[in-house]
Amino acid sequence: MGDGTAMRVRRLGARARFLPAGDTAFAVEFGERIDPAINALVHRTATLLAAAPPEGLVETVPSFRSLLVHYDPLTTNAETLQQLIGDLELDGATSTGAGRIWRIPALYGGASGADLAEVAAATGLSEAEVIALHAGTLYRVYAQGFLPGFAYLGDLPASLDLPRRTNPRVRVPAGSVAIAQRMTGIYPVESPGGWHLIGHTPLRFFDPGKAPPTLFAPGDAVRFVPVDADAHAAIAEAVAQGRYVPDTEGLST
Amino acid sequence: MTRHFRILQPGLQSTVQDLGRIGFQAYGVPVCGALDSMALRLANALVGNATGAAALEIRLLGPAFEVSGGPLRMALAGASADTEVTIGGETQRYGAWRAIDVPEGARVRIGALAGSGCAVLAFAGGIDVPPVLGSRSTDLKGGFGGHEGRSLAAGDRLNLSNVRDLGPCLALPSPPVAETEVTLRAVPGPQADAFTEAALEAFFHTPYRVSREADRMGMRLDGTPLTFRGGADIASDGIVTGAVQVPGSGLPILLLADHQTIGGYAKIATIISADLPRAGRLLPGATLRFRAVSVAEAEAARRAAEAEMQRLIASMVPVREGAGLNLEALYGANLISGAVSGI
Repeated sequence: MGDGTAMRVRRLGARARFLPAGDTAFAVEFGERIDPAINALVHRTATLLAAAPPEGLVETVPSFRSLLVHYDPLTTNAETLQQLIGDLELDGATSTGAGRIWRIPALYGGASGADLAEVAAATGLSEAEVIALHAGTLYRVYAQGFLPGFAYLGDLPASLDLPRRTNPRVRVPAGSVAIAQRMTGIYPVESPGGWHLIGHTPLRFFDPGKAPPTLFAPGDAVRFVPVDADAHAAIAEAVAQGRYVPDTEGLST
Repeated sequence: MTRHFRILQPGLQSTVQDLGRIGFQAYGVPVCGALDSMALRLANALVGNATGAAALEIRLLGPAFEVSGGPLRMALAGASADTEVTIGGETQRYGAWRAIDVPEGARVRIGALAGSGCAVLAFAGGIDVPPVLGSRSTDLKGGFGGHEGRSLAAGDRLNLSNVRDLGPCLALPSPPVAETEVTLRAVPGPQADAFTEAALEAFFHTPYRVSREADRMGMRLDGTPLTFRGGADIASDGIVTGAVQVPGSGLPILLLADHQTIGGYAKIATIISADLPRAGRLLPGATLRFRAVSVAEAEAARRAAEAEMQRLIASMVPVREGAGLNLEALYGANLISGAVSGI
């Protein structure tokens, strides 16, 4: 802003539509598809609102293609907030949050990844190829939800795109690394789940005693690093003793 | 010794709740909090607490507990239920919607709830559990908050925070009356356009029934199945409490306090915040209808509901033990006759 090379400023209202969600929230939707550029707009909007919260804003919840804005109807109203948000200026910046790249150690296959063989068979790849493809991709943290600390990581390579399991599991162990469609994720706690389990990580992704309570933040990226059973056990022990420091590759651009 | 009570029988599902965990939904942390926030606020007002103090949410059947470490003051709101206070072999019975002073050593038993699926039992000072992410509400699915992240069990000890100055025991002279026919107001959207005209017509003009699949996360409803223009699945987006999501079966699910923060089913409408406490009171088998309102109407309804809450709190009067007015009889009559308008 102000200098001759500044990017053309775009009014947010021209890029988004507002969807009603009762009298305490509305969605700011940037598109229908799961797309990194659309998701960047979502997180950018959340960042702009966090930097200067309008009166009556309660919290915002980013997801793939929209930002749910929670507000207090006794303090403000949807019309006022939508006007204000519509007038926000999208400066073209796509970087959001800390922009860290997390290196997540994962033990693939065997008991840790009970569906790896099935995934290999269904995709026509070898188990080694599935692992190489999964670990060879840098994933974007699109959104967190489903469970506290569950991050939707994408995009999974198209060659690993499978529908969810027809029979969801009643119990998926915490730390399971799983895939479905064009997403991968890690179950932060034991829960029911319908994704294909291909590996396991000993890391912890949710701690309600901390603020923020999750390891990942919007704008972060994630890479999986294959480890063997011994390394997995050693990391698990370090995590249990509270002396494991998750590995990052430093700042992304 | 710290004033506390020890659970003898936990009831059906008794959890510590306040007004919910705000500010962490972006991390996937649900709001939780009392299903009937109005009952929570009224129960807290009856014992002189701040409006959002942590209290016990009771479902269907109340707990029994023993009072230790000093006397306590408590109040039940949201449903009618017999409260028995036993000490030295003598049992006194009380109704809901009033504060009761319970001496140390007494045993308290809250009976079956009538008029609502949930009620709130508040204690002067509030329940002293450590706040987690800014709230004392129990997150049953996440297993944190409240008392050890779970429903209460026999043997649990719950401490109460200290109270400086107890005023007189208060009662609510005209408590809200249980509804037999429930109409919930709802704003169409956020994905109303994912449904056919016939689906919107059916949703807003035919009755639905609360199925057996109902818990603090939500209630699956039976009734006219809703049809989609396309598919039921959307790219997951944020969910607000009161959202009505519709999975592929076409039967709607009304999402309540413990709902997950984002989800991948289209949402046909959102129950307005003024009517959420009424939704929280519904029991399996209850019939309900939905009426469409605009966002502006919903915001106005919330302001009116807040004014009504303030009026109810201002109407509270000191309990007159042994005076001419028999409060228990009065409450009983109200609940049976429905003479006082609902809220």
